[in-house]
Amino acid sequence: MSDSRGARMSRRGLFGLGAAGAAVVGAGVVASNTLLDEAPVAHAASISDPFPFYGEHQAGVVTPAQDRLHFVAFDVITKNRAELVELLQEWTAAAARLTQGKEAGSFGAVGGAPEAAPDDTGEALGLPASGLTLTIGFGASLFDERFGLAGKRPAALADLPKFPGEQLIPEISGGDICVQACAHDPQVAVHAIRNLARIGFGKVSVRWSQLGFGCTSSTSRAQATPRNLMGFKDGTNNLKLEDAELLRDQLWASAQDGSAWMAGGTYMVTRKIRMAIETWDRTSLAEQEQIFGRNKGEGAPLGKQAEFDAVDFAAKGADGQPHIKADAHVRLAHPSNNSNAHLLRRGYNFVDGSDGLGRLDAGLFFIAYQRDPRKQFVPVQMKLAKNDALNEYIKHVSSGLFACPPGVRDAGDYWGRTLFE
Amino acid sequence: MRTAIRLSFGVLALTTLAACGSGGGAATPSGSAAAPGKIAVAASDTECKVAASEVTAGTTTFSITNGGSKVTEFYVYAPGDRVMAELENIVPGLTRELIAELPAGAYETVCKPGMIGKGIRNALKVTGEHKALNEDAKLAEAVAGYKRYIKAQSDTLLVKTQEFVDAVKAEKVDKAKELYPVARTYWERIEPVAEIFGNLDPAIDAREADLADGEEWTGFHKIEKDLWIKKDVSKDGPIADKLITDVKTIVDKANAAQLTPLNLANGAKELLDEVATGKITGEEDIWSHTDLWDFDANLEGSKAAVQALRPVLEERAPDLVRTLDQKFAAAEAALDAHQKGDGWQLHNELSKAELKTLSDAINALAEPISKIAPAITK
Repeated sequence: MSDSRGARMSRRGLFGLGAAGAAVVGAGVVASNTLLDEAPVAHAASISDPFPFYGEHQAGVVTPAQDRLHFVAFDVITKNRAELVELLQEWTAAAARLTQGKEAGSFGAVGGAPEAAPDDTGEALGLPASGLTLTIGFGASLFDERFGLAGKRPAALADLPKFPGEQLIPEISGGDICVQACAHDPQVAVHAIRNLARIGFGKVSVRWSQLGFGCTSSTSRAQATPRNLMGFKDGTNNLKLEDAELLRDQLWASAQDGSAWMAGGTYMVTRKIRMAIETWDRTSLAEQEQIFGRNKGEGAPLGKQAEFDAVDFAAKGADGQPHIKADAHVRLAHPSNNSNAHLLRRGYNFVDGSDGLGRLDAGLFFIAYQRDPRKQFVPVQMKLAKNDALNEYIKHVSSGLFACPPGVRDAGDYWGRTLFE
Repeated sequence: MRTAIRLSFGVLALTTLAACGSGGGAATPSGSAAAPGKIAVAASDTECKVAASEVTAGTTTFSITNGGSKVTEFYVYAPGDRVMAELENIVPGLTRELIAELPAGAYETVCKPGMIGKGIRNALKVTGEHKALNEDAKLAEAVAGYKRYIKAQSDTLLVKTQEFVDAVKAEKVDKAKELYPVARTYWERIEPVAEIFGNLDPAIDAREADLADGEEWTGFHKIEKDLWIKKDVSKDGPIADKLITDVKTIVDKANAAQLTPLNLANGAKELLDEVATGKITGEEDIWSHTDLWDFDANLEGSKAAVQALRPVLEERAPDLVRTLDQKFAAAEAALDAHQKGDGWQLHNELSKAELKTLSDAINALAEPISKIAPAITK
C-alpha cells in the first residue's frame, strides 16, 4: 500500500478523468475502453499492484492466488442475444477498468451529476488495484436454444455425473455465467462483483454468490502452500504457473479439442464443500494425518520429511502396512493414480457464519481449472467420492461447471467474442 | 393502469400537435413555396437543400417538400443524434411542416430518403438568446400533468378509504378485508407525495415493525392486523376515524403541494424501491398478504410520473424512453402472470422463484428510472 505505484493506480487518481469521461458518455463501450490509457504492469510487484487484464488467457487462472474471493453465478434473463453480447462488452470494459484499480464507469463514484446515482458504488475509492482479477465462465445452461449457442457447446462441458454422497442444493449450483473475482482485499473483490451485477440488472440475475478467504492452494512456486480449515496444507501438488508444459497439456484448451472458440480457454469446476469442523477437531492427530496421507505440520507425505518430497505409495512402515493408506486423500487424488490427470486448484476457505445449531457453517469453496473435466475432475472426484476417508467429514453442497473463454486481447475485444461472433 | 395510460395518451397527443404545427401533418400541394418565416427544405432522393444554415434561437418552422421518388423523413439532430424535432413519412410530391424549438447551439438537419441510413446532413447553427421556454414549459406541463394524476387518485382514495372505514366501524369484517387492498391501491400510487408530509405518512401507513416500544400505532396496518389476526375490529372505531381524518389532511396537502420535476423523477424511483424492499419480501402486508395489490399500484404510480415527464425525456433522452417502455412492459408482464380474478395472488401463494422473477423485473426497471433525474436536470 505504501509504494508509489499503488498510490498512482488508485481510484482517486482517476478523478481528473471525470470531466473527460463526461464528454463521451453515451458513446458506450468503445469510449470507456479508450480511458484505459495506462499500460498495465507486467508483474505485480506488491499486493496493491494490478495484474494485466488483456492477454492470451484470462487472468485469475494461473495468476498467483490472491487472498480473497467473491464468486458469483448469474442466470441470463434477457432473451435477446444482442443484449447479452452488449452486456458482455459492457462488463469487459468495466472489468478492464476495475482490475486496474479504476472505477466501474467513466464518471465514477463522485464525478457525476448530483442528481444521478453514481456509476461506481464507491466503496473501493482510495484503494489500490489489490491484484484484482476477474474471470468469466459460461455454464452449460447458456448453450440452450435461447441464444442459438446449442451447436457451440463444447464436448468437454458435459454435465457432471452424480457423485455418491453429494447433497447438492440447486439454488446455489450452476448458472449461465459465472464471474470469479480474486483480490488481496475483500472490499475490492466485493466492489467488482457488486458493480458487475448492477451493470447487468435486467439482463442477468444473480443466482448465487460465495465469499472466500485464505486461498487454500498456491498456484505459483513463489507462494507458500496455504492451509484449509482442517489445518492441512492444500495444493502442495498443484499445477503451478511455472509448469509450462503441464499447463499446455492439462490446463489450456486448444482448437483441436473440438471447440475452436475455446482455444486458449479452460474449464472451471466449482464445488462448495461443507466441513464437519467440530467433529474433525475432536479427531486424533494421527487419524487426521492418515486421512490426508500427509503430516499436519510440514505437509510432508507420510513416511517422508519435507512438504515437496515425492510421495511413495509403496513404502511401508515397520508394521508392514503402507505409510499412506488405501483410502488416504493424497493417494486417491494423486495424478500418478489417475492417468496423470492434473488440476489447477484455486480454492478458498469460506465461513458463512454459524448454522443455527452452533456449528460453524464453513468449509472449502473448491475451484479447479483443467483442459477437460471428463478426463480430469470427473474420474478423480468419482474415485474420491467412493473411497476417500475424508468423506466422513465433508459434504459437497454446490456444484458448477463453466467454460472459461480465452483472454481478452485488447480494448476492441470482449469476453466471449469468439463464442458469439 | 388505466389512468396512467389515459394520461400518457393525452400527453402524447399534445406532443404530436406541437410537432406537426398548425397543419397537423396535413399535406399542402406539391411545389407550393414555403410561407414567410419558414425555412424551405427541398428533399430529393439524393439531396437535402435547406434554405438557411443559421437561424435565431427559438421557434423555427421547416417546410419540407419531397421532390424525390422515395418516402423521406426530416430530423433536426442535436449532437449525438439527439432528436430535437422529427417528421416521418413525407410522401413523394408532398410538402409538410415541422416546428422545432431550438436553443442556441450546433445542430444538423437531416433528410432520410427511403427512411433508412444516416441520411443526408447539413449543419445548422442556432444563435442568440432564447429562454428555454420550451423546456420550462414542458417541465411545467409535466408537473401539471402529474398533479392532475394526484388529484384523480386522491379523490378516489378518499372515497375508497371512507368505504373501508365504514365497513370497519360497522364490524363487517369480510367487507373490510375486501376493501383493504382496494383503498390502499390509491394510496400506494401517490405515496411519494404523501411522504413529503413527514409524520402523516407513518400515522397512515406504519407497520408494527416500524414502531418503537410504547409508540402509538394507527393506520391501515393496525386495522389489517385486527382484521386478519385478531379477527375483531370492535375496538377500532377511533383508529378508523383517525385514518380517514389523516387521509383527508394528506390529500389536501398533496393537492396544494408545489412539486418539482425532480419530485416526479425521484418519486417514480421511490415507488419501485418500495416494491423492491417491502412488497417483494411480503413485509408490507404481512397479515393480509395482499402485497401484489400494492406492488401493482406502486408500478402504476411510478409509470404515471414517468409518463408525465415523457415529452421532456423524448427530447433529452430518447434512448432512455425506449428502455423505460421496454422495462415497464416487462415488469407489467411479470406481474400480470399473477392476476387472480379482479385482483392478485396472495404473496404467500408465490414461490421463491416467482418472487425472484418479479424482483429481477423491478431491478431491471429501477436502474433506468434512476437515470431520469439527471436526464431532466442536465
